[in-house]
Amino acid sequence: MATLKINGETVTVEVEDDTPLLWVIREQVGLTGTKYGCGIAQCGTCTIHINGSPVRSCVYPVGALTGDEEITTIEGLSEDASHPVQQAWAELDIPQCGYCQPGMIMAVSGMLNDTPNPTDEDIDAQITNICRCGTLARVRKGIKLAVEKS
Amino acid sequence: MADTIHLSRRNFIVATGATGLTIGILSACSQPTGDTEADAPDYSDLPPNPEVNAWVHIDHDDTVTVRIARSEMGQGTLTGLAQLVADELDCDWDKVTTEYPTPGENLARERVWRDFSTGGSQGIRGSQDYVREGAAAAKAMLIEAAANEWGVPASECTSENSIITHGPSGQTTTYGKVANAAAQLAPPLEVTVKDPSEWKIIGQPKPRLDTAEKLTGKQVYGADIQLDGMLSASIKQAPKIGATLASFDAAAVEGMPGVQKVVSVRNPFGEGNNAVAVIADTWWQAHKALQALPVEWQGGVDFSTAEFEAELDDGLTAEEAFVGNGGGDVAGAFANAAQVVEATYNMPFQNHACMEPMNTTALYTEDRCEIWCPTQNGEAALAAVSEASGLPIEQCEVYKIHLGGGFGRRGAPDYVQQAVMLAMEMPGTPIKLLWSREEDMIHGFFHPTTKGRVRGALDADGNLTGLHLRISGQSILAALIPQALQDGVDYATFQGLLPSGVDPRLEDQTLKYSFDNFLVDHAMRNPPVRPGFWRGVNLNQNAIYLECFMDELAYAAGRDPLEFRLAHLQDSPEAAAVLQAVADRSGWGSDDGKARGLCVMYGFGAYVAACAEVTVSDAGELKIDRIVAATDPGHAVNPQQIEAQVEGSFVYGLSAMLYGEITFEGGEVQEQNFDTFNSMRIAAMPEVETIIMPSGGFWGGVGEPTIAVAAPAVLNAIYSATGKRVRNLPIKDQNLRDA
Repeated sequence: MATLKINGETVTVEVEDDTPLLWVIREQVGLTGTKYGCGIAQCGTCTIHINGSPVRSCVYPVGALTGDEEITTIEGLSEDASHPVQQAWAELDIPQCGYCQPGMIMAVSGMLNDTPNPTDEDIDAQITNICRCGTLARVRKGIKLAVEKS
Repeated sequence: MADTIHLSRRNFIVATGATGLTIGILSACSQPTGDTEADAPDYSDLPPNPEVNAWVHIDHDDTVTVRIARSEMGQGTLTGLAQLVADELDCDWDKVTTEYPTPGENLARERVWRDFSTGGSQGIRGSQDYVREGAAAAKAMLIEAAANEWGVPASECTSENSIITHGPSGQTTTYGKVANAAAQLAPPLEVTVKDPSEWKIIGQPKPRLDTAEKLTGKQVYGADIQLDGMLSASIKQAPKIGATLASFDAAAVEGMPGVQKVVSVRNPFGEGNNAVAVIADTWWQAHKALQALPVEWQGGVDFSTAEFEAELDDGLTAEEAFVGNGGGDVAGAFANAAQVVEATYNMPFQNHACMEPMNTTALYTEDRCEIWCPTQNGEAALAAVSEASGLPIEQCEVYKIHLGGGFGRRGAPDYVQQAVMLAMEMPGTPIKLLWSREEDMIHGFFHPTTKGRVRGALDADGNLTGLHLRISGQSILAALIPQALQDGVDYATFQGLLPSGVDPRLEDQTLKYSFDNFLVDHAMRNPPVRPGFWRGVNLNQNAIYLECFMDELAYAAGRDPLEFRLAHLQDSPEAAAVLQAVADRSGWGSDDGKARGLCVMYGFGAYVAACAEVTVSDAGELKIDRIVAATDPGHAVNPQQIEAQVEGSFVYGLSAMLYGEITFEGGEVQEQNFDTFNSMRIAAMPEVETIIMPSGGFWGGVGEPTIAVAAPAVLNAIYSATGKRVRNLPIKDQNLRDA
C-alpha cells in the first residue's frame, strides 16, 4: 500500500513496495502519459517530476516515497497545454511519433525549474533522453523558445 | 482518476469513431485544429451524414474526416495525406480531422482503401494518385448535389473552403449541408485532379494534425490500451537463435501477486514452443513473476558474429556472385590502370529500437478475434490474427493505433500472433502483451550485416576508368520473402546501385552516377539471424560503400571530391543539383579550415545529399558540428515535415554510425538495452540545415533516403579532419586519431 500526491491529488494504491513508480502511475493510478522505454533509466521516456525535479520513474521504487512528495506527470504539467515548454513544442511542431515526448517535455520543464536560462552545455548535460525518430534538433530550439516564453 | 483511459471495447469505438455509426470505422487519429465556435448551430437532432465516399466524410458542421489507410508512426504521412485530400476537395483545412479505416472494413469493402502497408517511403508517393482522385470525386459529388438542389448546371458552380457558390445567382451552400445528398449520387466516371500550379494546401508547411495530444500525454499508443477486464502479459522468448522451450516451473510463481496464468507460446514462424509468458493483473506483476520463473531452453544455434566475419570475407573475393549492375570492360580498365585503389568496409547488425516496445492487445472468443495494434501493415496483422486464431478472416478485426516508432520493425506480425495465442488461453478476457525492452532488443528483425569491397582504377590524369563494388552478406528477401528472389538474386540488395530501365519496381533505387567500366555484384552470405527492413534498408550500407569510396578515389586522384563526383553525374542533373546545393550552402571549398565531407545518393525515388562539418580533437573525440542536407523529392507536400524527417534521419543514421551494433555470441544477442545499444543524445546532435528543392514532375520518398547520406558524409569529413579512414562501424570504441 502506498499513498501518493500526484498532480495535486492524493491517491492510495494497493501495490508492492518494490514496484517502480512508473508502473504505479501507469497501472494503479491509470495515467498512461508517462511511458515505458527501457526500465533501466537510460532513455528517459518515463521522466516525471518529484518536487519539481526530473526523475526517471522506471527505477524509482514506490516504497522510497514518504507520501509527502509532490509528484507531477505530463497530465499535470498544465491544465491546457499552456506550460511554456508545451507551447514551444506546439509552435515548433516537435513530436514525430511522440512516444518519447512526455518524458522529453518533463525532462526539459524539470531542468528549467532549476536552471531557467540553460546554456547549451547545461542542455547537453541535463537532457539525455533518447528519441529514435530524431527530434533532437528541434528539441534544442524548443528549449530556447520555452525560455523566451517563460 | 478522471483522466484515466479506461474504455470498454464499445466505448472505445463510440468515443473515438466520428463516423462509427455509419460503417463501424474507428480509431480517430486527430482532431480539427480550428477553434470551436461558441454559437455553432446544434445538429444533434439530425441523423448523422453518411460518408460522401470511402475517403471523405463530412458532418453537418462541415467537419471533414479524411480516411487514412497508411499508418502514422512519426513520419507525418497522416498530415500529408490529409493535405492531399483537403486540397483536392477544396475544403476548409481548419475543419479537417482524420481516422483509420480498419483492415476488416477494407476487406469487407473489396479493398476500397487499397494498400495499408506503410514502408518503403511509399505512404504518400504510393497512394497519392488514387487518394487525390477519391477526393476529387467527392468534390464533384458535393457540387453536383448543390447544383441539383438549385436546379442549375454543375458547371456553373465553384468550390472553395468548403463552400459551393453558383456564380450566376450568387447562391452559396456548405459541404456539410449537401453531404447527405452527395452521398446518394453515383460517383463520377472520370475525375481530373488538379495541376500542381493549382495547389493551395499541398506544398504548405501545415502543422501536424496529431501534435496536440502528443504534448499532454493524451495520445494513446498500443502500450496504453486499457479495456474492461483486461489482463497484461510479459513474454520471454528463447534467448538463443532457434532454441525451444524445454520446461518451466509455473508453480514457483503462481502464488506471486496478481499472477493469473503461466503459459507456453508457440513459435509464430517455426516448430514448437519458443517462449513462455506470464499473464497477470498488471504488466509489472507479470514481468516480475516472469523474471522469477525458472525456465529451461533446449537446442539452438551457436552463432557468433565474430566468427561469421570469415564468411563475409570469403564473399568479398569469391568467384561466384550475383551481378546487379555493370558495363564496359572492367578487367581491361584495371589492367591499364595507373593507380588502383581498394577499400573494404564493414557494417554490423542493427536493431530498430522503436521507443515503444512491441505490443498488441487481443480479445478472443469462440467466434471472433480482435486486436488493438500499432502496426505498419494492418492487412498483414489481420491475416496474422486469422492464422493464429484459426478463425475465418471475416471474423477477425484489427484496430490500428498510432505507433511509438516503426522504422520497418512493425511490419512483422510476430508479436501479433503471440498476443492472439495468449488471448486464446483466456477466451473473453482482453490480454495486453507488452514486450520488455530486452525482448525488443534480442528478438529484432535486424538490419543485415554486410561487408563491401570496392576497387577503383584511375588513369594517369586521375580519371576513374573502372570500378568494382562487391557486396558480401545477408539478403533480406532470401530470409523473409524468398519468392521475391529472381533466379536466386535479391535485387533489393543493390538499392541505389541498380541500372535504370530494367525493373520498374526498382526504378526508384537506381544508380545515378555514370561509369564507363564497372561491376556491382553480391556474394550472398546468409547467417542464421532473421533480418528485416530497417529504415533506409540496403541503401544505407550501399551509400557507405559507394560514397566513402568515391571520396577515397577523389583524394587518391588528387581531385576535389565535389568536382570528382560531379564529373560522373552528367546524366543526372537532379543528383548534381542537390550535391551542388549542399556544397554551396556549407561553404565547400572555402579556406576556413573546416573539415567537410560530402555524400549524394538517389533512393526511394528522391535525390538527397549532405555535407557534414566535424571537429576531431587531438584525443580523437569526434564532434559533428553542422550538417547541410538537400533533398529533391519531386513534389514536397509538407516542407516543414520533410525538414523534420531529414533532421531525424541524421539522428537515426548517425546513431547507427556512432554506436549501433548487435552482436551474437553463442547464438545470443549481447546488446539487450540502451546501455549497450546506445542512441544519439542531444549533446551529440549537430545543427541541421535542410534545403528542400522540389523539382516537380515526380513523387519521391522522404522518410528514408536521407538516412543513407548521414554516415558517409560524416565519415568523409572525419577523413578530412584526420587523414584516417574509418571503415568499420560503429565508431564507438575506435580512436579516430589511430583509426
